[in-house]
Amino acid sequence: MRILAFGIVKEIFSDSMIDIDLNNESTVEALKEHLEKQYPKLNELGSYMIAVNNEYASAGDIIHTNDEVAIIPPVSGG
Amino acid sequence: MAVNYEKMNFDIKISNEPLQIQSCINWVMSPACGGINVFIGTVRNNTQQKKVTRLEFEAYETMAINEMNKIAEEVFLKWPVQKIVIHHRTGVLQPGEIPVIIVVAAAHRDAAFTACRYIIDTLKQTVPIWKKEVFEDGEVWVAAHP
Repeated sequence: MRILAFGIVKEIFSDSMIDIDLNNESTVEALKEHLEKQYPKLNELGSYMIAVNNEYASAGDIIHTNDEVAIIPPVSGG
Repeated sequence: MAVNYEKMNFDIKISNEPLQIQSCINWVMSPACGGINVFIGTVRNNTQQKKVTRLEFEAYETMAINEMNKIAEEVFLKWPVQKIVIHHRTGVLQPGEIPVIIVVAAAHRDAAFTACRYIIDTLKQTVPIWKKEVFEDGEVWVAAHP
């Protein structure tokens, strides 16, 4: 599964996207656990959200392998 | 490069070109509106007594446009406003440059003031855009760490 990264997460991943092995129909929560194991620096962020197909997702939402998934660190536009 | 989402009553754009204040104002002008409220965000040259040399803005463009559309649509439901412009810049900006312009036209000023404030406050909370402050001796992604 491909994960897009922005802002500080690009620095944590050292890339603007990563590919991870995650079962089809995993939850957002499972994705976060997986990512935090692989990239413990995510835990140092104030918070972060997962976006699925350009919408903020909740912990229990299901992710399919063809979804567009992105990590959204604390936003700071304006 | 610019992503533009223009509907009849709102104009939303993310661009790495300089934003144009006058064209934003012109876009909302109409004989039916009695007031236009403009918010212009500008790059400050210091933060917590440290000199800022530049800001770097990055957007998740498709989602940012999506979230900005939601804000505009919500504003039309909440307040009697007629036209809204939300333009946000990306890329490297120097102190004094303009990362964001919000313009709201309404029949009466109360709605224009309130909606304009709501738009910038909500944009800062929900729209996936990030800025990195660059100092003479380092850099930091704003708001990333508690």
